Parts: sequence; structure tokens; C-alpha cells
Amino acid sequence: MTESGTYLYAIARDTGAALPPGLTGLLGAPVRTVAEAGLAAHVGTVPLEQFGEEGLKRNLEDLAWLEATARAHHQVVEAAAAAGPVAPVRLVTVYRDDEQVRRLLRERAEEFTEVLARVTGRREWGVKVYATAQHTPSGDVRTPERPEQATGRPGTAYLKRRRTDLRTREEAWRQAASRAERIDAVLAGIAVARRHHRAQDPQLSGREDWMVLNGAYLVDDDRGEEFAATVAALREPELEVQLTGPWAPYSFTISEPGAGGTA
Amino acid sequence: MTVDRAIGPSPAARSGVPAQRVALVDLLDRLLAGGVVISGDLVLSIADVDLVRISLRVLIGSVGGDDVIAPRDPERGRAAP
Repeated sequence: MTESGTYLYAIARDTGAALPPGLTGLLGAPVRTVAEAGLAAHVGTVPLEQFGEEGLKRNLEDLAWLEATARAHHQVVEAAAAAGPVAPVRLVTVYRDDEQVRRLLRERAEEFTEVLARVTGRREWGVKVYATAQHTPSGDVRTPERPEQATGRPGTAYLKRRRTDLRTREEAWRQAASRAERIDAVLAGIAVARRHHRAQDPQLSGREDWMVLNGAYLVDDDRGEEFAATVAALREPELEVQLTGPWAPYSFTISEPGAGGTA
Repeated sequence: MTVDRAIGPSPAARSGVPAQRVALVDLLDRLLAGGVVISGDLVLSIADVDLVRISLRVLIGSVGGDDVIAPRDPERGRAAP
């Protein structure tokens, strides 16, 4: 077993319900189920050449590889979520063999059962809020305009203008953030749990606008419509609100925040 | 405002957004900062990777999640020339 490992996609209750026949995951490999302790782990076989320590270090620097891996992982999680409650596992979790997965299910059965109970009948929605109007400072710092007009001390005038711009931006940020907080509070009132993700990097999102909220909300299935309608009805000046989902409960699978070190 | 997906009669009953339509950045938020975290005797988890070496470290930096969102450096907030 030095050549291949067992890649773990998601954990579900072992209900005997089968995944869609022919379901494949990473690299087109079939998705299997490893059952133990009343739980079912959805797994696939992956080559350690790509998913071993060395291979991963190399591959994680390759955005195309990362994207293909993330999408394949997501597809399996989605298929499993359609069949029943799942706890998705973090990207790139690889075991030496199925036996180790069985041991994991045994050792953490209680925790996984709790997580599954918490997400049953619920889905995750994502809400991103951008501030759209703060990128037009009084004087654009990129193009120090007509410095010759400022009498004598163009450098001082420039610095002054820059300081004013920074203050204006900070104020704009505060206002946008406080409006986003109100939105977050309204949505949290519908959700059973909420989590904030870090603001997305513009290099990945392709947006330079400030992201003032990147929230994830765990919502009862029978309130999903209400949640989406509430987001759609939000009208805030100079804010853009984007809804994504419903997602499998990716952001709500940790028992205690920061309790990742459970052996 | 915009909504990424059309809101149908019963959104919660669906299996989700078609995988190919999900923005990679939204997916990575969840796959790198969410999901069951397992450490121990496995071959490797993303938590073990030497993050400093990864050129995508800004992105991987989302691991840990639950961060307070703070304004970015205003210098970085402007469009590239």
C-alpha cells in the first residue's frame, strides 16, 4: 500500500442507502463507502504520487490542480448530501488505507454523530456583502494631478490629500461594515448557526470592492426560502449582496470552534 | 444587488448549485476553512502542509476561519494601475 491512499470526502450515517451508482470522485476514481460504528465514510482511492506529502506540496501550488481537486471533492459531497445528512471533510484528507478510516469512525463516532445531528434537515447558505462606492477618493493617489498648481510645496499638498483620502476611506469602511453587521444580525435571526469566513482575496475573487461580510448560515430546510427571500429583499445603499447556496454544511462541521486538535 | 442563483419555489429542496457554476473562491472558503478536521496518523492533511512554501498562501490563509473581517490596507484596496 505504498502507492495509493484512501481519500476521505465526507462522513454520513450508515443508513445502508447507496450513493448514486457510478459516482466518481478525484481522478475519476469510484467513490466507495467504508462503514463502521453506525457511520459511513465516503472515500476514494488516490495515488500517493499526487496525494502524498511530496506530491501535495507541489500540487497545492498549482491553482489548476487545486481547482480540479476542489471541484471533484465538492461533487462527491453534493451527491452524498442529496442522499442524506453529511459532514464534509476538509479538502485533501488522505489515509493510508480503509482500515485507518474505520478506526477514525470508531474513535470519533460520538463527535461525528453529534455533528450529523446538528446539520440534519439543514443546509448552508453563503452571503457576501461588498461595499461598492469607496474607491473614488477625492484625489486619486495613483495620479498626483497637476502638482504644479499647488504653490511651492507639491509634496506637502499631496501628503495632505492622501491623509484626507485615508480618513475618508476609513470612515467609508466603518459605515459599510456597520451596515453589513446589521444584515448579518438579520440573517443570523433566521439561521440556527452562523460563521464568518475571512474576506476573500481580490486576486481570487476578481473583485477589488471591499468585502465587508463573508458569512455562512446554517438554515433549517423549511426556512431556506425565507432566508433566500430575505437576502433578495435587502436594499442597502452602496452595498452589494450576493447569495450562494444552498451548500452542504461545510462551515458547520466543527464541534467546537478551534477544536481541531482532537486526536 | 445580485443573487448568484435564481431563487426558485423550493431552493432548500434542491441538491445545490451545479458544481461547475460554483465560484472557486466560494468553494475554497468552505473546503479550506470548513469541513471536518482530522489530524493524527493519516498520510497528510492540509493542516500539515508547510504553508509558508505555498505560493497560494494568501488563499490558504483562510484556514482557521472565523476571523474578524478587517479593512485591507487602503493601498491594496485600489485597482492595480
